[in-house]
Amino acid sequence: MDVFFQQLVNGLAWGSIYALIALGYTMVYGILKLINFAHGEIYMLGAMTGYYAARALGFDDGPSMIGLLTVLTISMVVCAAVGMLIERVAYRPLRNAPRLAPLITAIGVSLFLQYGGQIVFGPDPKVPPELLAKSTLFTVGSVPVNNVQVVVLVVSLALCAGLTWIVHRTRMGRAMRAVSYDRQAAALMGINTDKTIAFTFAVGSALAAAAGILVGLYNPKVEPLMGLMPGLKAFVAAVLGGIGNIPGAMLGGVILGVAETLVSGYLSSTYRDAIAFVILIVILLVRPTGLLGSTAKEKV
Amino acid sequence: MKTIAKLTLVLLIAFAPMGCDQGGKGAPAEGGASSANAEATTIKIGEYASLTGPTATFGQSSHKGLQLAIDEINAAGGVLGKQIELITEDDQSKPEEARTAVLKLIRQDDVVAVLGEMASSRSLAAAPEAQRAKVPMISPGSTNPQVTKVGDYIFRVCFIDPFQGGTMARFAVEDLKATNAAVLVDVKNDYSVGLAEFFVKKFQDLGGTILAQESYTEGDTDFRAQLTKIRELKPEVMFIPGYYTEVGLIAQQARELGIDVPLLGGDAWDSPVTLEIGKDAVNNSYFSNHYSADDPDPTVQDFIQKFEQTYGETAGADGSKKKPDAMAVLGYDAGKLIADAIKRAGSAEPTAIRDAIAATKGFPGVTGSITINAERNAEKPIVILKIEDQQIKFVKRIEP
Repeated sequence: MDVFFQQLVNGLAWGSIYALIALGYTMVYGILKLINFAHGEIYMLGAMTGYYAARALGFDDGPSMIGLLTVLTISMVVCAAVGMLIERVAYRPLRNAPRLAPLITAIGVSLFLQYGGQIVFGPDPKVPPELLAKSTLFTVGSVPVNNVQVVVLVVSLALCAGLTWIVHRTRMGRAMRAVSYDRQAAALMGINTDKTIAFTFAVGSALAAAAGILVGLYNPKVEPLMGLMPGLKAFVAAVLGGIGNIPGAMLGGVILGVAETLVSGYLSSTYRDAIAFVILIVILLVRPTGLLGSTAKEKV
Repeated sequence: MKTIAKLTLVLLIAFAPMGCDQGGKGAPAEGGASSANAEATTIKIGEYASLTGPTATFGQSSHKGLQLAIDEINAAGGVLGKQIELITEDDQSKPEEARTAVLKLIRQDDVVAVLGEMASSRSLAAAPEAQRAKVPMISPGSTNPQVTKVGDYIFRVCFIDPFQGGTMARFAVEDLKATNAAVLVDVKNDYSVGLAEFFVKKFQDLGGTILAQESYTEGDTDFRAQLTKIRELKPEVMFIPGYYTEVGLIAQQARELGIDVPLLGGDAWDSPVTLEIGKDAVNNSYFSNHYSADDPDPTVQDFIQKFEQTYGETAGADGSKKKPDAMAVLGYDAGKLIADAIKRAGSAEPTAIRDAIAATKGFPGVTGSITINAERNAEKPIVILKIEDQQIKFVKRIEP
């Protein structure tokens, strides 16, 4: 039972990270019906920004809560800007093009960021400075739960809660929901769709950046290709929960993280990456709209 | 008409770069100078190494060692009256790139010999090309036995994994008094898989039990699932024959989960990054290596001094000075050996060089006396090092 609980804790930590990245995917899909494949690279940029920011601001000689919060903020702001830039340059010109064009562009942006990252940052993995001193907070039975795992969980929950508040309790959130429901009608109602879409990208990217920083704390190794796998898995998580559905993305992320760890722990660690894609295939066969998604009946 | 003109222009522009020199690092290839050309003023030796990528410290270190050797030889007048020209290619820690790099060195740069690689996977990818072109290849540090089995033009100056795995198993049983062990293998990595196999076999032969064999892939960052499983079985030691980046993370996560037993590893642990990532977590671990910086032998200390003078002292993560690692020493030995072989061969013909390498007996290397045996491997001593207080300390040396 202890092993199970330990694996559960491990899985929840990763699940929260997938959830944060999945939120970006799901929001952009909801609003633009576009799967932003470059999103995994935003996560990578967040981690990289965190690394360089921590070094530049001199936080690399020891754990520092202020350092962590500063780096987190900087990273989120930078990636929000990058996300908006990508939207402006790569996706907006194709707003009215057939769906395939922005999809391919997204893949192109993803590859550009990966290989550009290798040139700019160098392909060697880097070790982010330890901004949080690791210590075991408490043990449940014989299972140590360390503070980093708790921080990852708490920060993710806080950000998800923040997002839900934005979406349901602010004007901009209402605009986002309206645009995702029917873009043209929203425009007719006086909503600035361009601004709303840019805002969506900004928020999604900021969340991915936060995920990047958290991963830097949890598994201190960052490199330009680190966004590839988590990006794909977060996409699977978003589909699992129902793409376009925000609580669905959170649920999908957590389920995926836990499933991955349980499979890795109980079956065989070689199947760790495979389980995500098995889940993708199964969910598309059994319930393509995802766990929390609903089919919108098209009224003719 | 206009379309054809445009199309031709586009094609010309697209293919123009192919005419330009596609250089890697190092001197550009002199077109047309073949190794058989007696007019050549230098002897070209190719090097392929992982200067970038997840195992960048291997390539960077071995390159520094090799460059030092070549510079020394050239300063003393070169070989056969000619200077040695070292042409280096970066394989980015990727096997496909290693193969491409070796092809380029052989075909475009007309090298008479190739030095590389540290990682067995990359040596295995490139060796068939060297063998096919009948250009001798010396690997400074690949320990997987399969590498030299590729053909009679492939050599190495280090020990092989059956010896390494067996030694670590014996150390675990006899010195650490372990009766059981867990193994965590990198399944994508020939070196790791082979070394684990040899460790397991010897450990079991000596009466030990292998409680678990878990796996991961190079590039993974989270090993908690496998480590949790291992923790439950309560092994007395854990063998992690992987590359340094993952080893650092694994050690960290293992200690986090409460696994306090000694960790054991192989020569791929030797990198300043292991301590940088692992920090306190890698204390209480032992790994096998080709040389120890604490070795009082004057040859070793001389080399360390020369290396530090040339490259400055490599500053460690905690600001401390770190000595050259095993990769640098092996690179140096390989460089010295190839020059010696060319001298003995009396010619810069690849086949003659190959025969001279095969006939090497008692060549004095910094890592020990190098004699190339019938399998084209070198029978060298192993040193076992311990990591304590984030410092690497010498424990013992085992002769072959």
